[in-house]
Amino acid sequence: MSVFCDVPLSAPVAVFQLTQDFNNDPFPTKVNLGVGAYRTDDGQPWVLPVVKKVEKVIVHDNRLNHEYLPILGLPEFRAASSRLVLGDKSPAIMESRVGAVQCLGGTGALKIGAEFLRRYYNGNNNTKTPVYVSAPTWENHNAVFASAGFEDVRSYRYWDAAKRGLDMSGFLGDLESCPERSIFVLHACAHNPTGIDPTQEQWRQIARVMMRRQLFAFFDSAYQGFASGNLERDAWAVRHFVSAGFEVFCAQSFSKNFGLYNERVGNLTVVARDADSLRRLMSQMEKIARVTWSNPPSQGARVVALTLNSPQLFDEWKDNVKTMADRVLLMRAQLKAKLHALRTPGTWDHITQQIGMFSFTGLNPKQVEYLEKEKHVYLMASGRINMCGLTTKNIDYVAASIHEAVTVVQ
Amino acid sequence: MSVFSDVPQAPPVVVFKLTADFKDDGHPQKVNLGVGAYRTDDCQPWVLPVVKKVERLIVEDCGLNHEYLPILGLPEFRSAASKVALGEDSPAIKENRVGAVQALGGTGALRIGADFLRRWYNGTNNRATPVYVSAPTWENHNGVFTDAGFTDIRPYHYWDAAKRGLDLSGLLDDLEKAPEHSIFVLHACAHNPTGTDPTQEQWKKIAEIMKRRKLFVFFDSAYQGFASGSLDKDAWAIRYFASEGFELFIAQSFSKNFGLYNERVGNLTIVAKDSDNLSRTLSQMEKIVRTTWSNPPSQGARIVSKTLNSPELFAEWKGNVKTMADRVLLMRDQLKTKLLALGTPGTWDHITEQIGMFSFTGLNPKQVEYMIKEKHVYLMASGRINMCGLTTKNIDYVAQSIHEAVTTVQ
Repeated sequence: MSVFCDVPLSAPVAVFQLTQDFNNDPFPTKVNLGVGAYRTDDGQPWVLPVVKKVEKVIVHDNRLNHEYLPILGLPEFRAASSRLVLGDKSPAIMESRVGAVQCLGGTGALKIGAEFLRRYYNGNNNTKTPVYVSAPTWENHNAVFASAGFEDVRSYRYWDAAKRGLDMSGFLGDLESCPERSIFVLHACAHNPTGIDPTQEQWRQIARVMMRRQLFAFFDSAYQGFASGNLERDAWAVRHFVSAGFEVFCAQSFSKNFGLYNERVGNLTVVARDADSLRRLMSQMEKIARVTWSNPPSQGARVVALTLNSPQLFDEWKDNVKTMADRVLLMRAQLKAKLHALRTPGTWDHITQQIGMFSFTGLNPKQVEYLEKEKHVYLMASGRINMCGLTTKNIDYVAASIHEAVTVVQ
Repeated sequence: MSVFSDVPQAPPVVVFKLTADFKDDGHPQKVNLGVGAYRTDDCQPWVLPVVKKVERLIVEDCGLNHEYLPILGLPEFRSAASKVALGEDSPAIKENRVGAVQALGGTGALRIGADFLRRWYNGTNNRATPVYVSAPTWENHNGVFTDAGFTDIRPYHYWDAAKRGLDLSGLLDDLEKAPEHSIFVLHACAHNPTGTDPTQEQWKKIAEIMKRRKLFVFFDSAYQGFASGSLDKDAWAIRYFASEGFELFIAQSFSKNFGLYNERVGNLTIVAKDSDNLSRTLSQMEKIVRTTWSNPPSQGARIVSKTLNSPELFAEWKGNVKTMADRVLLMRDQLKTKLLALGTPGTWDHITEQIGMFSFTGLNPKQVEYMIKEKHVYLMASGRINMCGLTTKNIDYVAQSIHEAVTTVQ
C-alpha cells in the first residue's frame, strides 16, 4: 500500500484551469481574457526589446559566471529595485534604513515578508495577528499568509459592486475597527482584480487611520509603470506612506513591467525606522531565505539590474513599458466605446476608470458562464477580464458577446 | 519606536562567513577550502563549455519567450532530470509512477518535499514524525525540515571519527530503533561533509531494515556524476532502492554537476506505488509551490533540459563533468602523497577513500583554528575541506600547513 494513499486530490488553481480549458477549445474565434500576462495586438506574448538586448549582452560577457549569489540576492538588483519604488532621492534610502531581499517574483517577496512577520512582528511567533486582504484580492494572498502560519486572515471592504467603485467608508470602517497592529495588504496600484485604486486624497486618509491605529502596511506592487505608464505616479502611495513615517514592506514584482514572468524576478523592499533595526531584521530575512531557496536565481535579476542601472537602457525600458500601458488604455477606450455604440444595458464608465491590466466588468457568474460556453470568451468567474487579451481583431466579437450575455442572461 | 525593535540579530551562515573572512584576508598565499563550489587549477570558477554553448542557443532562439512556466516547472526538464537519477530504463518511469517538481536548487527540492511530508505523511499535519539526518550532515538539512514544521529532528550515527569511516553498526542500530514511519535523509553519493559513502553491500543492509521498519526514504542527490565521474555509478543507491519497491523522494541539485549554482536548478523526483497516488501527491505539491514561489525560474531549467535531451550535448556535458571529477581525484591523490612524503603523523588514506567534493580531514577545531589564523588556509571548523580549492599551485603550501597544524597543535 502507498504511504500516499490518504493524500487527497487538490483542486487546480482556477486561473490556470481556465487557460487549460481555453487551450483545449477548438472554436476559431475563442478569446482568453483570463490569466494576467501582456499580449500584443496579435495576441502574442511579448519579449521586451530591451530585455532581448540585455540578454545578449549578458551571454557575451565573459566576466560573468554562475557562482552563488549572496543569500539576499544580487546587490545591484536589490538597490536599484528599492530605488525604483521609493525614488532615487528617497530620504529613507539616504538614511540607510532601507533594505531588500531578492525574491522569487512577487509571490516569493510576499512569502518571505509573511514568514518574517509571523516570526517577529507583534510578539514572537504570534500566529494570531490578523492579516487583512482586500475583498476581493489576488487569489493567492490568502494562501501565502496562511501557509506562513497566520491563522486569522480576514478581508477588508474594498469593492462596492453596486456603484462599481471603491467602498471607501467600508474600508475606513474596517481600519478603525480592526485590532491594533493588524497587518494590511495594500495594492500599490492597479488593484487586482478590480482595477480600482484609491485617489491620492483617499490614500492620505487611509494612511492617517493606519498610523493612528498602528497598523502594518504591506504593499503588493506588481504593476509599477504598467498601470499608468508612469513609474513615479504608480509608486505614489508607497512613497506617501514612507514619507509619512511608516515602516513598510513592499513586495515588488518585475514579471509584468519587464515581461520576465518565468524568470521569477521579485524584491522585498523593507523600510525600517533606523539602521540598527534594519540590520537585525535583514539577518533574520537571511535565515528564512536560506531554508526556503538558499539564494535566488541570477538570470532575471541580472537583466533587471543592468537595465535599471544604465541610463540608456532605463529609458528604453520605460518606453517599452509605456508601449504596453498605452495598448491597454487603447483597449479600454475602445471596449467602452463599442459597448456604448451597441447600447449595452448598464454603465460602462468603470472600464476606462479602472486602471492596469484588469477590469472588473460587473458581469455575474451566470453571464460569465454564458460567455465561456456560448461565446468561447474566457474570463474569471468574478467577472475579471485581462485587458491585454483584447486586440483590434477580437474586440468587436468580445463587445458583441458581452452585449449578448448582458441582454440574454440575468 | 520601530516595530522591529525586538528582532534579534541572527548569526551569519558559517560557510559564507568563512568566505567573507577569506576575502578580507590580505595574505598572499591564502587558500579557501571552505564553500562547496568547483574551481579550476587556476582557482577560478568554471562555466562549463556546454553551458556556455547552450546559453547562446537559448538567447538566439526566437521561438522562446518568458511566459510563466507551469507551477510544477518545465515538463521536459522534470522528466529528463528524473531519468538521469532513475536511469533510462527505469521500470518505475515506464509504469507511470514517477513524477517531479522543478524546484529552486537542492534546497528548494528538500523544502517542498519536507513541506509535503509534514502536511500529508504519517497522518495529516503530523509534526511529530521523527526526521533523521546523518551525524554530521549538510548544515542546512536541520533548518529546512524544522522550518517545514517538523518538531523532532534527530541525528543517526554516521561518521566514526576514531576510524575515520562509516559507523555502520551505529547507523543500522538507529534504523532498527527508530520509530516506524520515521523519515531518513540519505545522501545519494559523495556524503557532505564526510565524503564517506556506504558500499553497495552496506546500502543493501540499510535498505533491508528500512523496508522492514517502514522508514521513509528521502535522498539528497547533489553530486550525481561529480562524485565518481560516472552518472550511473553515482545513482546506484537511488536505483537500488527504487528497484526494491520503495516509494521515495529524491532532491536533485544541478548546481554542482552543471556548475549552475546561481540559477537554482533543482528537481524533486517522486516515486510512488502507482500513478493514482502520484497524481494526488503532485496536486498537493502544486498547492505548496503556489504559495512559496508560484512557479519556478526558467533559465537554468532550459539549459539543463536542452543538454540532457540532446544526445550530442549530453555527451559533451558528461565530458565536462568528468573533467571536474578527475581534477578532484587528482588533488586527492596528490594531497595524500605529499602528506605521506612529509611524514605527517596520522593516517591519510581517507583522503583518497573519500569521494566527491569534500574531505573530512580529521583535523580538530584547534588545528583548524591554527590553519586559518597562522597559515591563512580556510576550512570548516569540522575539519571539512573542499578539494576543489586545491590546485597544483597551492597544494604544497596546504600540505605543509596541515603538517604544521598536526605537529604543532594537539
